[in-house]
Amino acid sequence: MKAFAQLIKALDSTNKTNQKVEALANYFKTAADSDKVWTIALLSHRRPKRPVNTTLLRLWATELANIPAWIFEESYHIVGDLAETIALVLPHPKGSTEMSLTEVVNEIAALGSQTEDVRKSTILERWDQFNYYERFVYNKIITGGFRIGVSQKLMTRALGQATGIDTDELAFKLMGNWDPKTISFEELIIAPSEAAAVSRPYPFFLAHAVEGEVEQLGDISQYSFEHKWDGIRAQLIFRAGTHFVWSRGEELVTDKYPEFDKLLDLIPEGTVLDGEIVCFPDGQIGDFNLLQTRIGRKNISKKLLETHPVILIAYDLLEWQGQDLRSTPFIQRRELLDKLVKKIGRGTPLYLSSTMHFKNWKEATAERERSREKRSEGLMIKRKDSHYGVGRKRGEWYKWKVDPFTIDAVLTYAMRGHGRRANLFTDYTFALWHEGALVTFAKAYSGLTDAELKEVDSWIKKNTLERFGPVRSVVPQHVFEIAFEGIAASKRHKSGVATRFPRIHRWRKDKKPDQANSLEDLKALIP
Amino acid sequence: MPLLVFNKNGIYCPQADVYLDAWRKVPKCIVTHGHSDHARYGHGQYITHKTNIPIIKHRLGKLQVQGLDWNETLLVNGVKFSLHPAGHIPGSAQVRVEYKGEVWVFTGDYKLQDDGLCIPFEPIKCNTFITECTFGLPAFSWEPQEEVFNEIDSWWATNRSDDVTSLLFGYSLGKAQRILKNVNADIGPIYVHKTIYDLNKAMSEDFDLPEFTLLDTSMDKSELKGSLIVAPPGVQNAAWIRKIGAQTTAAASGWMTFRGARRRRALDKGFVLSDHADWQDLLTAVKATGCEQVIATHGYTEIFSRYLREELGLDAKTEATAYEAETIDQTQETA
Repeated sequence: MKAFAQLIKALDSTNKTNQKVEALANYFKTAADSDKVWTIALLSHRRPKRPVNTTLLRLWATELANIPAWIFEESYHIVGDLAETIALVLPHPKGSTEMSLTEVVNEIAALGSQTEDVRKSTILERWDQFNYYERFVYNKIITGGFRIGVSQKLMTRALGQATGIDTDELAFKLMGNWDPKTISFEELIIAPSEAAAVSRPYPFFLAHAVEGEVEQLGDISQYSFEHKWDGIRAQLIFRAGTHFVWSRGEELVTDKYPEFDKLLDLIPEGTVLDGEIVCFPDGQIGDFNLLQTRIGRKNISKKLLETHPVILIAYDLLEWQGQDLRSTPFIQRRELLDKLVKKIGRGTPLYLSSTMHFKNWKEATAERERSREKRSEGLMIKRKDSHYGVGRKRGEWYKWKVDPFTIDAVLTYAMRGHGRRANLFTDYTFALWHEGALVTFAKAYSGLTDAELKEVDSWIKKNTLERFGPVRSVVPQHVFEIAFEGIAASKRHKSGVATRFPRIHRWRKDKKPDQANSLEDLKALIP
Repeated sequence: MPLLVFNKNGIYCPQADVYLDAWRKVPKCIVTHGHSDHARYGHGQYITHKTNIPIIKHRLGKLQVQGLDWNETLLVNGVKFSLHPAGHIPGSAQVRVEYKGEVWVFTGDYKLQDDGLCIPFEPIKCNTFITECTFGLPAFSWEPQEEVFNEIDSWWATNRSDDVTSLLFGYSLGKAQRILKNVNADIGPIYVHKTIYDLNKAMSEDFDLPEFTLLDTSMDKSELKGSLIVAPPGVQNAAWIRKIGAQTTAAASGWMTFRGARRRRALDKGFVLSDHADWQDLLTAVKATGCEQVIATHGYTEIFSRYLREELGLDAKTEATAYEAETIDQTQETA
């Protein structure tokens, strides 16, 4: 545990990617094999099942720190991270321990089946043996969400440096369904493993946003166009007589989308499709909110399958007849894909994202304007000769989204942020006018520069009306232009409207609050 | 009428017609220390500790100022004023105010840790204690200064062996001198930013600081390689910083307790080193006064005073002041 905490501290002590890679690579060269596997697992968000809920953790921390519960909560709102808050308020440790990371993780995993007394005494004992960083790491393992500025890509680079194995191969190996409890470092990283390969998706290839004028992309005849569908990016894998559905968050979601089960008889083994899962009620693409209903459900009822059916809009073929096609040019992959989807025919949940070709950028622009009617977010632009790469590479694929909807709203509530925004009021609630009153319609967290955030933060502190725990209501004075991607009527929202991905477009210092838009203006945008 | 009241100008003693750390221009003001939110420009007459005189003269220009020694009594219309060490920065004082047997103490800013630079904090018995609480949350707990400087030394030494320049940000008055005083100067050459250089020269008292050189941004950057540069936080984004070659950045501040604060400022490293009292020390200071009433002026005032009321049974409240404390990113000298 000491070495792992030391690693996290080293990663935390630099802003420079190269130094982070080096710290990780050094760790991978020296740590015990089982600790290495757990390190990879934790940094790629795999963790043991949470043995206690955070309510109990908070309670025990306040007991050990001998402080009232309310002051712990106040501290948490200011620190902005539960694991960090607990590590900070606990008294200095009286002992120390030489337990390894693996021992600590195994102990946490085993706690789940213990009585509450045993869980408590174990956790309190560890807290009293760990220094600040060990505690922080320990709490992170228990509560989950190990976000410490180490991306999967960075970790793969470090592993590559430590082992000499190609980073693309490592990225492939790290995806998918492996269990840190049972797999060895040799099996996971070193050995070429066929059994595991069956379930593994390919790392997703991502597009860059078009920056500046689209004409700068040059000769339009080099590109193939498609609409950009707003769903969940997914790979459908058909191998060894079975199938897997992977979402882009590297989650295996086969059970959540039983619609695709029937494709197993229709699609030959050794096929991997890349596409977008979208909700498809009444024979047309539904709003993303409908898909949210499916994403959130664990049990998929018959009724839900009827009211919220999904389809895959396929746009790439990554594997065919067991061959990795990723270095085959895009248009050749598409020819094979088009043939496959057309052969399977109608009546299946497999659709095709049609490719389009334009003579000039004006035509392309006109098609982009039609995105909202086609229920897409804009256009995808892919080089006809592009390979299917790893991660985001410049110059191959572009996303060219339509301009967002915008509306001017009044800032009404603010809450302290988390992580790097801890202790700053950065999470805002916005309202629109309705019958002379302000009605909340959206929360937004992003879009302001650091300097603007500081300015708003300091204004909020001076213009607070009321405090409700971490939330403050503020004088309705500032108007912000809020941008969002989609809009739909909603019964769950007080305003009766749900917006998709709302964010702050700009601060309208030129506008007074009574010049903000009304709820009726917003509703007029619903298609 | 209370002995001290809070009005729109500052903390005021009606009986003596004297202000303490006023934030607007007033005829007569006792100033606890030289930081800009406490020592403001434009008062008619300044009263402060002798050590602080060259500091405020350097920062505010010509002024009419009366210097006091520690414990020296200034009698104004029956009110006895005296200054006592606050341990915050050189020349920083608490103000003791006594009238007809009633005693109030105003801390200004303070810390209990001995920083080896200024005269340590002295607890004073009083009826009412007006205290800052910049770090008035149980999440703040300082390590012994020696451990922090061991960390700073090893950070610098490692950087030096990698031919990397160490840039350490700390407030120019107080923190910078504390760093110079306690860092291991045998590791390599030390450069200081002009603001710090000028302040060091202006301070009359001999703080026995190690040798330091004025940072001249036109100098050959190979000269700076592996050195330690101490600079105020405000210059973190200055253009010359990018030109000095391989470097690593750190800040020394109590706010570095929070990982978020460091990440937000895009620093490599944060050293938790504060010139304010941490949670336990604030409680220790309050208890040591034996006071019945506490007034919290700046920092996490609501939280701190609620704790004093509910857990220690004290009559504690907060008063609004213009002293800076709540923000982490302030370039003001508050941490």
